[in-house]
Amino acid sequence: MRNQQAQRQSQITTMIVVVFLIFIARLFYLQIMDDTSTKGATDNALRNVTQYPARGLIYDRNGELLVYNEAVYDLMVIPGQVVEMDTLEFCTLIDISIDDFRKNLEKARRHSRFAPSIFERQLSKETYGQLQERLFKFRGFYVQPRTLRKYPRPIAAHVLGYIGEVNDEMIENDPYYKSGDYIGMSGLERFYEEFLRGQKGNKILLVDVHNREKGSFRNGLYDTASVPGMSMQSTLDIEVQELAELLMQGKRGSIVAIEPATGEILTFVSSPGYDPNLLVGRVRGANFHKLNTDPQKPLFNRASQAEYPPGSIFKIPQGLIAMQQGVVSEHTGFACDQSQVGCHPHPPAYNMRAAVKVSCNPYFVATFRRIIQQNKDRSVFIDARIGLEQWNKDIRSFGFGERLGIDLPDANVRRGLIPTVAFYDRWYGENTWGFSTFRSVSIGQGEVGIIPLQMANLAAIVANRGYYITPHLARTFEDTLVPTKDFVEKHHTTVDPKHFEPVVWGMYDAVYEPGGTARRAQVDGIVVCGKTGTVQNPHGRNHATFVAFAPMDEPKIAIAVFIENSGFGGTWAAPIASLVIEKYLTREIKRKELMQQMIETNFMHTAAH
Amino acid sequence: MREDKGFLKNVDGWLILIYLILVVAGWLNIYAAVYDENHSSIFDLSQRYGKQMLFVIGGLVIAILVLLVDMRFFMNTAYLFYGLSIVLLLAVLVIGTIVSGQQAWIQIGGFSLQPAEFAKFATNLALAKYLSSSGVSMKRMSSILMSFIVIFFPAVLILLQPDTGSALVFAAFILVLYREGLPAWIVWTGFAAIVIFMLDLLLPFWIVLIILGLGTGALIFINKKTFKNIASAILLFAVAAGFSYGSNYLFDKLEPHQQDRINVLIGKEVDLQGVGYNVNQSKIAIGSGGVIGKGYLQGTQTKFNFVPEQATDFIFCTVGEEWGFIGSIVILSLFLVLILRIMLLAERQRNEFARIYGYGVAAILFFHVLVNIGMVIGLLPVIGIPLPFFSYGGSSLWAFTLLLFVFIKQDASRIAF
Repeated sequence: MRNQQAQRQSQITTMIVVVFLIFIARLFYLQIMDDTSTKGATDNALRNVTQYPARGLIYDRNGELLVYNEAVYDLMVIPGQVVEMDTLEFCTLIDISIDDFRKNLEKARRHSRFAPSIFERQLSKETYGQLQERLFKFRGFYVQPRTLRKYPRPIAAHVLGYIGEVNDEMIENDPYYKSGDYIGMSGLERFYEEFLRGQKGNKILLVDVHNREKGSFRNGLYDTASVPGMSMQSTLDIEVQELAELLMQGKRGSIVAIEPATGEILTFVSSPGYDPNLLVGRVRGANFHKLNTDPQKPLFNRASQAEYPPGSIFKIPQGLIAMQQGVVSEHTGFACDQSQVGCHPHPPAYNMRAAVKVSCNPYFVATFRRIIQQNKDRSVFIDARIGLEQWNKDIRSFGFGERLGIDLPDANVRRGLIPTVAFYDRWYGENTWGFSTFRSVSIGQGEVGIIPLQMANLAAIVANRGYYITPHLARTFEDTLVPTKDFVEKHHTTVDPKHFEPVVWGMYDAVYEPGGTARRAQVDGIVVCGKTGTVQNPHGRNHATFVAFAPMDEPKIAIAVFIENSGFGGTWAAPIASLVIEKYLTREIKRKELMQQMIETNFMHTAAH
Repeated sequence: MREDKGFLKNVDGWLILIYLILVVAGWLNIYAAVYDENHSSIFDLSQRYGKQMLFVIGGLVIAILVLLVDMRFFMNTAYLFYGLSIVLLLAVLVIGTIVSGQQAWIQIGGFSLQPAEFAKFATNLALAKYLSSSGVSMKRMSSILMSFIVIFFPAVLILLQPDTGSALVFAAFILVLYREGLPAWIVWTGFAAIVIFMLDLLLPFWIVLIILGLGTGALIFINKKTFKNIASAILLFAVAAGFSYGSNYLFDKLEPHQQDRINVLIGKEVDLQGVGYNVNQSKIAIGSGGVIGKGYLQGTQTKFNFVPEQATDFIFCTVGEEWGFIGSIVILSLFLVLILRIMLLAERQRNEFARIYGYGVAAILFFHVLVNIGMVIGLLPVIGIPLPFFSYGGSSLWAFTLLLFVFIKQDASRIAF
């Protein structure tokens, strides 16, 4: 009996000691071996709140605001902290369905249980105000202030571009970005992303389980302040841009205007455009889809992405190159021999100036023949190769067939097409082609593709009598000139400045002399030089183009207007260009009737095919 | 024992010391757990730590009173106390206040009394009294049966509140019975029943049947294959299978939240937001303490209310988080020494009542520590019972003080016999 009791006493003692040893082993595991709980503790009580910097504002060249920021609030969730709550009240507050609530939460949970995800984007100030008061009831939720882009005037969408949420690939390429961040997707927003975005900061907050903030962690020792993005002054003139967009309404095409002395782009229109406010906020997705599927392609930036045959404006560089190469002089005349190419009735083109004025097709075919076939080889084919090669060097010095270094993302800018030897070899085979194969290139038809930006740059080259500065859209950042030497360097063409005079005078005559093709481009008190083009379009009505600069001496503006399917260049493109010139140089439009007529004209539904 | 020799004469200094350390440590940890910068004084009576201070003072008064009365008082009034606690347990079912679904509290003025806490003390008294009476022996079935009635009658009443945790504590008395000679087979049967019950929870009924069948087969294989042995093995199988079926049936009858708790514990369900939340948060808090802890009042998990019930059932989290592994071991060791010391002292009592009572104290304390710490560190299901001397709450602290000091008094008086 005594024995049994002693035995049982020690059994009980052993059991108690074993239990305590198990507890100690368990504590050893939890507190020393296993560090997942330390991690859990950090996630629990510390909350990293990203301090989003205000994105840089964008102004026009006169300091008018183009883009600003508006505060919105992203509702964030840490799924691991969400507990049972009044879902209905919550959904009513932020105006979503219970179904969406579940979906959003599930999505966040898949992303991470302990890291915050965006639960609902871009709550308005009003919604935020109502929610904030009751947020304490909804454990695991908090609000992250963000900014959205806003546009005081619904213009220049293609230039400004839009911002959107980063995708996985962007996050992988640049560790700066985290899921839910915004990034410039196109236009200036994308090209100058690193200037505009600023630098994110981080604030570490202590929070309790009821989602109440308990102040900053270690008095903000580990916090970093955000650095606001740099404000940008663009080269655009908002008033001219606005007028240009107005003039282009109901038309497909582009207007690009450049200040020749600086390469600053004054106006950059692609029509049809869209209100940039459409691609902001919660409506962005739906609107983007609508714009993206619109048959008129409003998202497509025609000014720098659409390659057109330039038509007769191409006669300008053709004449210049021919004079430079010495195959013609400014006094050379050619008969209007329509056996190989059509023309329109006009006085004889007895010299270069007259040829430009009347835009005689046979004249420039003959000129281009001399450029290509210079009898440097007995074989006509090899001779054409030599000629085409030299011509390529010259024509490319005008920025054609090359990517102009404009400050827009690569995806928004095309190079255009200038046919090379290799091009025709590939097309026809070596030594099977000569001048007659591509005769139409003489007058800017056939295998030539030029973007409207390059057309405007051509006008700037002529205005400068021989050089251009890379056209660009950013003027200053935080009042400092854009520090890119590309935007101050003069790119000289291969053509000597002295050859420009007859062409400039031809462009003058086209506007002011009887029989000129661009007489509708006249502006009171300003000497405008211009050249029309009418691009034959095998698919429908001709495209109209017009390049011009003004004033003739000391030009302040060079412009190209391209209107699809509108017919003769002098009828529509020239007057629209003249209105833009008038607006830019005089700040007002005296020819209200003409302006009204242009605005009301609609080519949108003329044959586009 | 004479009054003029002072009430502290012959009392065991170790027990008093550990008691005082635990009570004060508990108070400091409650302060840390519910610490609020707006009420930063530990004496602020509007806060739990302020109230706990009053409870501690009250506890000391109770301790002194117990030491002052004659030791025979509690022996003689054991059944009276038992009867009184039964009355209170019945009363609470009628007039009790319902707090979080449990009708466990009797509101008296500003304080609320939890009869279940005192029922443990009273039952211990009654059991000691009964087992020490002449003619009562663990060799006799009637005595065993009577002991079980004494133990489980209040337990059933508590279960009706329903307060599963407090009711379970009464199982601790099995240890006392075992020490007093309860046949081992009864304990083994109980143990087997628990194992089968766990298997039922984890596995489908038919797999449990197969396991029981294999066990029966093994039993027949090992023993002599007499008709009697085989027949009793098969009978055993039938009883076990019946029990298994019955426990499945009973489990289905449990409240859903209790089923959940058990399921989460055995790993059948992972639900970190619901029932698992408590335990997960508690493990995070303890785990984040590391070796030396974050320092007093530096805990982020407990202070910011991530751990539920952090001042009551989960108070050990604060220890784990702020004092780390070392602090946890110190507190655990204090409990271990306290329990073993009580057992040691109990064994040297010449008075049978005092010995059995002492074992009861050790068993109750052990069971509380086992269930409470086991729950907090995620080894046992979430069963809400307080950590003795540590958790916030007047009833619990006073009841444990009473429980302990009655034994200290018995021990101090043993020389008088």
